[in-house]
Amino acid sequence: MGRYLAGRLLQGLAVIFGVTVVVFVITRLVGDPVDFILPLSASTEQRARLRTDLGFDRSIASQFWSFLGDAVHLDFGNSTFYRNQGTLSVVWAFLPKTLELVAAGMLLAFIVSIALGTLAALKPGKITDKILVVLSLGGLATPQFFLCQVLLLYTSVEFNLVQFGPGPWTHLIMPSIALALPAIGRLSMVVRSAMIDELNTQYVKAARAKGIARWRIVFIHALRNAAIPFVTLFGWELIRALAGVTVVVENVFNWPGLGNLAITAIKERDFFLIQTIVLVVAVMVVVINIAIDFIYRFVDPRVKLS
Amino acid sequence: MSELETHPSPAPDEYTARTHDEEAATHAEEALEGRPFEMRAATKGLFGELLSDKTGLFASVFLIAVVLVAIFAPLVAPYGPTEGNLSSSNISPFWKSDGTWSHVLGTDQQGYDMLSRLIYGLRTSLLIGFAVVAVAGTFGVLMGLLSGYKGGRTDRILMGWVDVQVAFPGLLLALIMIAILGGSVRTVILVLSFNGWMVYARMTRGVVLSLKERPFVEAAEVIGCKPRRVVLTHILPNLVSSLSTLAVLEFARILLAEATLSFLGLGIQYPEVSLGLVANNGRDYLFSAPRFIIIPGIVLSLLVLNVNFVASWLRVLFDPQEREKRFAANATSSTTPGATT
Repeated sequence: MGRYLAGRLLQGLAVIFGVTVVVFVITRLVGDPVDFILPLSASTEQRARLRTDLGFDRSIASQFWSFLGDAVHLDFGNSTFYRNQGTLSVVWAFLPKTLELVAAGMLLAFIVSIALGTLAALKPGKITDKILVVLSLGGLATPQFFLCQVLLLYTSVEFNLVQFGPGPWTHLIMPSIALALPAIGRLSMVVRSAMIDELNTQYVKAARAKGIARWRIVFIHALRNAAIPFVTLFGWELIRALAGVTVVVENVFNWPGLGNLAITAIKERDFFLIQTIVLVVAVMVVVINIAIDFIYRFVDPRVKLS
Repeated sequence: MSELETHPSPAPDEYTARTHDEEAATHAEEALEGRPFEMRAATKGLFGELLSDKTGLFASVFLIAVVLVAIFAPLVAPYGPTEGNLSSSNISPFWKSDGTWSHVLGTDQQGYDMLSRLIYGLRTSLLIGFAVVAVAGTFGVLMGLLSGYKGGRTDRILMGWVDVQVAFPGLLLALIMIAILGGSVRTVILVLSFNGWMVYARMTRGVVLSLKERPFVEAAEVIGCKPRRVVLTHILPNLVSSLSTLAVLEFARILLAEATLSFLGLGIQYPEVSLGLVANNGRDYLFSAPRFIIIPGIVLSLLVLNVNFVASWLRVLFDPQEREKRFAANATSSTTPGATT
């Protein structure tokens, strides 16, 4: 157990290190961002001085070494776009919004996909099931950005369903639906096929023969076993949402989160900020990966972590 | 083809020359076609299966048509992708009262013909899809073969690498890499390949591990085949079925990934055009002219949907177990097709 955890942590460190190296090398390969930071009127000496200050005149290896040295003290450099602010504190300021969005969207995906998947599995081949299968196939094929735009177009303007702007929680509705829909498409199909398999097992027949209520069989006995494949895929969806999909959703809905910050950082060539964003996301991804393993063990006690 | 090369040098007279050619031709044909009867039976089964699966049939026809349109884009498209100017901007599509048939889907703010941009965009998107599947697939399969066949330390190192890359899924990283390296078709292909080769490696390794213990591989080793020959001519052909399904599914994923990157303005750049970029150009006019977003969005969705149908048809075709399942499903009508994922 302890050894297993140590192994996973080591792998997690490798992931974080690998991602950092890749981003570091790529950003340094293309040349320095000094011309982006300084105005056109800056003199050659001023440019040279800033280059030295930011360390871009040294070799990539030596830059990386000092980056690691600072990182140990949780100092990830200053943002060049948000002047004089530590990149970590900038990321910290944007992170809650992203977490809010991902939490709301994934909670929605969790509830709806289990409900729809179970509903479809109760009467496989019947009309409800067929409609759900077709919808989920369509949902899988629709690009997320297109979905976001259509939602924005037809809910905010055509039908005037949702008021945008400040509000206690109503502003969360559309972005979290946009985030959740493709995940619902994938996850509900997983729940559906797992539930169909479970409902055909001997123990379900035995339970029914004993006269146990149908809802009890479905929700207490079968659903728990069907959760085994679901957990892995849900974790995967969560990681996808954090390390990618939010970028699209945040961009379309103008959501002030990490995804939009990443796009700003990329467009402004703020290398230090990009580096820190990726690092923070990588840490979250590693933590989720490890958490999935433990939840998996909790759901399926037969699994031994080794 | 090697049969052709090993034949003796030019024949002395005309007659022998001709028979020699005939001989060589039959030889080559046999070498290519293998066992003709089984081949014919297999193709018959293939078309029979295709005809019985209406969705698969329709999807294949649709995709073939789309690929043809993309290949012959300069002949099919009425205008060039960046042909036109502001004097022809904002022409309505044909279904509007003021629309014209000279620009079927109308023109955008720049005066570019929408239909032509879609066709050329399709071309780039499909090109990227095929190229990424080819590059990532080749690299991934090679790594998988190496890892599975060599085993031991090579296997541990390669699979460790795969695990590390799989743990951090791509979009954010791809976004950063493409944005910084510059959004040309070549960088998009390279970065998406870098992000997607691991699936092939894992699957190949799994199949190789199970094949390695089989008698025909052991026999090949015993009669003294070199490792390269064992892997390439004895193991690789057995991977075709699982790899082709995976490749088609990956193709759909790549189409979506490229479109997303370009939509965010960080993928393909002007003057090149892809489906995602067409949608990106329409972003500012979402409320005044939603068709700029909706048309490319629907084209992309249809494309991906049909690729998925073909993938599910391929899976049924290659996997007897899956075929049996579907047969049982049709007989008892307890499950619907496409539900086995």
